[in-house]
Amino acid sequence: MRVNDPDSLWIIGVAMTSFGRYADRDAFDLGAVAALDAMLDADVTIADIEILVAGSVNQSRQYPAQRIQKLIGQTGIPAVNVLNACATGATAVRSVCQAIKAGEASIGLAVGCEQMGKMGMLGAASLGRERAPFEPRGHDGVVMPTEGLLGTGLMPGVFAQAGMRYAGLHDGVGFEQFAKVAQKNHAHSVLNPLAQYQKSFTLDEVMGAEMISYPNTLLMCCPTGDGAAATVVVSGERLRSMADDVQRRAVKISASVLTSDPWSPDGLVQPDVSTLTRNAAVMAYEQAGVSPHDLDLVELHDCFATAELIHYDNLGLCEPGGAGDFIDRGAPWRDGEVPVNVSGGLLSKGHPLGATGIANLFEVATHLRGEAGDRQIEGATVGMTHVLGLGSACSIHILERSAS
Amino acid sequence: MIADLPIVNYLVIDGDEPYLQATVCDACEAAYLGSRIACARCGKRTFHHRRLPSKGTVGSFTIIHRAAPSIPTPFVSVLVDLEGGTAVKANLVGCPPDPEHVSLGMAVELTTFEAAADESGTRVVAFGFVPSDRGVTE
Repeated sequence: MRVNDPDSLWIIGVAMTSFGRYADRDAFDLGAVAALDAMLDADVTIADIEILVAGSVNQSRQYPAQRIQKLIGQTGIPAVNVLNACATGATAVRSVCQAIKAGEASIGLAVGCEQMGKMGMLGAASLGRERAPFEPRGHDGVVMPTEGLLGTGLMPGVFAQAGMRYAGLHDGVGFEQFAKVAQKNHAHSVLNPLAQYQKSFTLDEVMGAEMISYPNTLLMCCPTGDGAAATVVVSGERLRSMADDVQRRAVKISASVLTSDPWSPDGLVQPDVSTLTRNAAVMAYEQAGVSPHDLDLVELHDCFATAELIHYDNLGLCEPGGAGDFIDRGAPWRDGEVPVNVSGGLLSKGHPLGATGIANLFEVATHLRGEAGDRQIEGATVGMTHVLGLGSACSIHILERSAS
Repeated sequence: MIADLPIVNYLVIDGDEPYLQATVCDACEAAYLGSRIACARCGKRTFHHRRLPSKGTVGSFTIIHRAAPSIPTPFVSVLVDLEGGTAVKANLVGCPPDPEHVSLGMAVELTTFEAAADESGTRVVAFGFVPSDRGVTE
């Protein structure tokens, strides 16, 4: 029986559905399946769970926590819904951690679920061009929709501009470097049976695909889709009383961080996705007492290929300004210096918004347990997850393998 | 009489030459486009206006090929770093929308164009940027 800090936090169960399109299920069905699988993995039942936190983006107004309870067990425990853009799932996990740290619970369940179908570009459906009569509205006195007139605010363009901002500040970064990110993640996805797409593409195919928002082609943009993920978290004290096998497979949450945008000049005109990620990374490394060199794998928020490249730098995985060289020398490939997105990432695994943060934890925890099958990173002991939602919320978790 | 409306309240078109106007915090000089209740940088609640320079450089860009229905493509969206440091987002106009003609660091300057008009003759005036070596187009 190993000894651990009673105030520490541990993942004892984690699961995700395959990501894809489920015409015959709703988001709560998917959330329920992931929750039941996570509890089975943890060798607990809903009767053991003391708090439930759930989240979805598109289904948030339908209150996923209570809807899922009605599918897996109504035990009267506190049930909370969180909504925090693409950091929703990670925020649900953090909320469970906070309840445990506050002493209100010793075991909790976090669920992220989403149904998007083929909804097309996020936010695009609400945008039209004409809007007469022309009257100033809101604090900016906007007279008509500005998309396409005063630049772009849609996701592919926002993240393209974030990447090109980095390219303007640092040498050796361009279309080809961004495309290499997508080539890598599509190649990784071939080994992940849970990924929405499991198809490899050449660099020429990535660069020659339909241009969506230069420099992001279709293969450099994540798909919309459906899916869910869930995890059971316990305190170190609670873990001590659990079966040996649960303790052996437990994964320590060494850091759990959430940041928002501090003021920055660029934030005036479009979300600044870098500063809050940099701040979160500094806090997470300090909390966990590890450095970027200790990481055996990273699952980071590659909603677009341009985003992944700049996060190499934001998370301290490469030399300052050196993200272009980092991808050029193959460092983030699964056999490279710091494997990044060995799951296939959002680009291939898919990005059902509310589920993504917990799916990242599933991936890293599964490697730390040595249970990732064909895509296992051998000997992985420390890993990081990162999600970023606009505009903006950033959550980072650092996980460590049980020492036993 | 034709009435012109700026598309946003930080575009000023009633003078001899159109310009962008920042709302600037009295305490910390943080600059905003559009009005504010309190400064997001320091929390102070009083502001003054500042006329922004018309010239700047392209700090970032993207070329949009797929957009919402009814929005013409392709178009170029740029983040312009104005002289003096304030960043503004707009369309790049008067320039072919391809990566051979748009480049990071290129010099640009402010221009305006008609974005829409209604039956009463009200015109909505938007702003954009043109490459400086091409001069200001109508």
